[in-house]
Amino acid sequence: MSAVKKNFLKFFSNFRKKLKYYKRHPLSMLLFLAVHFAALATVAVLITIVVYVLARGIPHISPELFAWEYTSDNLSMMPAIINTVTMVILSLLMAVPIGICSAIYLTEYAKRGSRLVKIVSVTTETLSGIPSIVYGIFGYLLFNQALGWGYSFLGGAITLAIMILPLIMRTTQEALKSVPLSFREASFGLGAGRLRTTFKIILPSAMSGILSGIILSIGRIVGETAALIYTAGTVTGIPKNVMGSGRTLAIHMYALFSEGLHIDEAYATGVVLLILVLGINALSSFIAKKLEKK
Amino acid sequence: MKCIFILAACVSILAIVIICVFLFASGIPTIGEIGIFKFLFGTEWRPGNGLYGILPMIIGSIYVTAGAILVGVPIGILCAVYMSHFCNKKLYKILKPVIDLLAGIPSIIYGFVALSIIVPIMQNFKGNGQNIITASLLLGIMILPTIISVTESSLRAVDKSYYDGALALGATHERSVFFTVLPAAKSGVLAGIILGIGRAIGETMAISMIAGNQPIIPSSLFSGVRTLTTHIVIELGYSEGLHRDALIATAVVLFVFVLIINLCFSALKRKEKK
Repeated sequence: MSAVKKNFLKFFSNFRKKLKYYKRHPLSMLLFLAVHFAALATVAVLITIVVYVLARGIPHISPELFAWEYTSDNLSMMPAIINTVTMVILSLLMAVPIGICSAIYLTEYAKRGSRLVKIVSVTTETLSGIPSIVYGIFGYLLFNQALGWGYSFLGGAITLAIMILPLIMRTTQEALKSVPLSFREASFGLGAGRLRTTFKIILPSAMSGILSGIILSIGRIVGETAALIYTAGTVTGIPKNVMGSGRTLAIHMYALFSEGLHIDEAYATGVVLLILVLGINALSSFIAKKLEKK
Repeated sequence: MKCIFILAACVSILAIVIICVFLFASGIPTIGEIGIFKFLFGTEWRPGNGLYGILPMIIGSIYVTAGAILVGVPIGILCAVYMSHFCNKKLYKILKPVIDLLAGIPSIIYGFVALSIIVPIMQNFKGNGQNIITASLLLGIMILPTIISVTESSLRAVDKSYYDGALALGATHERSVFFTVLPAAKSGVLAGIILGIGRAIGETMAISMIAGNQPIIPSSLFSGVRTLTTHIVIELGYSEGLHRDALIATAVVLFVFVLIINLCFSALKRKEKK
C-alpha cells in the first residue's frame, strides 16, 4: 500500500514541477498539450471505429448469415467470404512471383544506378499512387470491354494483382536489402553462383519481411471495393469458373448498403470484414517484428 | 534465369504503359467529341440533355481534398511529433500498431461508421448532414496514417545535433522540437502531405456514402458535393454510349491529376535525398 502511495506522491510532485515549468513557458505548454491531444485523437478514432462496428454488428450476427447459399431472405455472406478467399489466392498467384522476381532483379542483379532500375522505381511509385477507382476503370476497359470477358473474376484478380504489385515489390526489396552483405560474400566465397546465393541464402533470410508484405497486400485485397465493382461485378453467388462474376465481402457490404434495406446485416458483414482485415494486419506486423528482433 | 528476373521487372513498366494507353485511348476521343472546354469547364452535368460538364466534380474534389488537408495535416504532424519526440518506448509500441491498423481499415468501413456517427451530428447543424464538412472530416481521418508515417520517418531522419544544439541554447524541449527539428524535416513533411493529397483525391467508396453526391457546384460548406471518383462509381453502372465514355474520360482527368501529384511527390523526395 505504501509503495502505491509513494509512487503516487512521486508522480504528483513531478506533475507539480512540470506545471511550474510550463507556467514560465506558455508556448511550450500549448505545444505539449497539442501534441498529446493529437495522439489521443488518433487513438480515439481507431477505438471508436472498432467499437462502433462491433457494437452495431455483433447483435445481428446469426447462423443464417453463414448459410452456404445466398438468398434474398438470409443475405448470407458465405459465398462472399469464399469469393474473397479465391480472389486473394488468384491475385497473389499472379502478383507474388512477379513481385519477388522483379525485386530480386532490382536488388541482386541490376547494376547500381542502372537505367532500368530508375525507370522501374518511378513506375512502381506511380502505380502505388493510382487510385483504386482508376484501376477499376482500367480493368473494366481492358477485360470487360476490349477482351469481351464481361464481369469476370479473372479480370478482377488481374486488376488487383497490378494494384498490389508495387506493395509486394517494395516490401520484398526492403527485405532483401536488409540481408547483410556478408551473407552474399560468404556464399560467393564458397563458390556458389549468384542464382544459388539468391535462392539458398538471401531469400530464406529475407522470408519474414517478404511474408509480411504479402500479408499486408492480402489485407488490401480483402478491403478493396472500388477496383472490383466494375471488374469482378456484384453477382451474389460463387462463380462456376474464373470467367464468372462474383462479389467479395467488401462489395457484399457495399451492395447491402446501397440496397438500403439491410443496414443491420451490412454491419454484421462489417464485423467479419473488420476482424479479418485487422487480424491480417496484426499478423503482418507480428511477422515484421520477428524480423527486426533477428 | 536472369532473363526471367528482368522480364518480371519489366511487368510493372508494361502495366503502367497499358493503363495509360487504355485510359487515354478511350478517354481523349470522348473529350474531343464533347469539346475539351465544354467538358472541363462545363458547369452542368445532364447526360439526358447532352450536357457533360465535369467542373462541379473537379471543384468538389478540390474542396473536399482541401478540407481533408485542413483536418488531417495539423493532427497528423502533431501526432508524428508526439511519436518521434514525446512518447516513451512503451507508448510507441501501442501507437505504431494503431497507425498501421488505421491504414488497414477498408474504406467501406470508414464510410459506414461516418454515415452513422458524423452524419447525424452534422444533421444537428443543417440539412441532411451529407455535405462538404462531413466529407472533409472523414477524409482528414483517412489520410492521417499516410501523413503520420511519412512525417515521423522524416523527423527521425533529422540529425540529433539540431535538437541538442537548440536544447543547449536554453530552448525548452517543445521549442527545440518545433522550431529546429520540424523545419529541418520540412521537405519530408511536405512529401507526406502530398501523398495524403493523392490518397484524398483518389478515395471513392467512403466518400460516395456520405457526401451527398449532387452534381452541382456546392454553394456553401453545408451543401452536398460530388467528387470525380464518386461521379464515376455512381453512374458507370447504368450508363451507356457517350454518357459512359464521358465517365471514362472523367477517370482520365482524375488519372492526370494523380500523375501530377505523383510527380510533385517524387521531385520532393529526390530533393530530400540531396
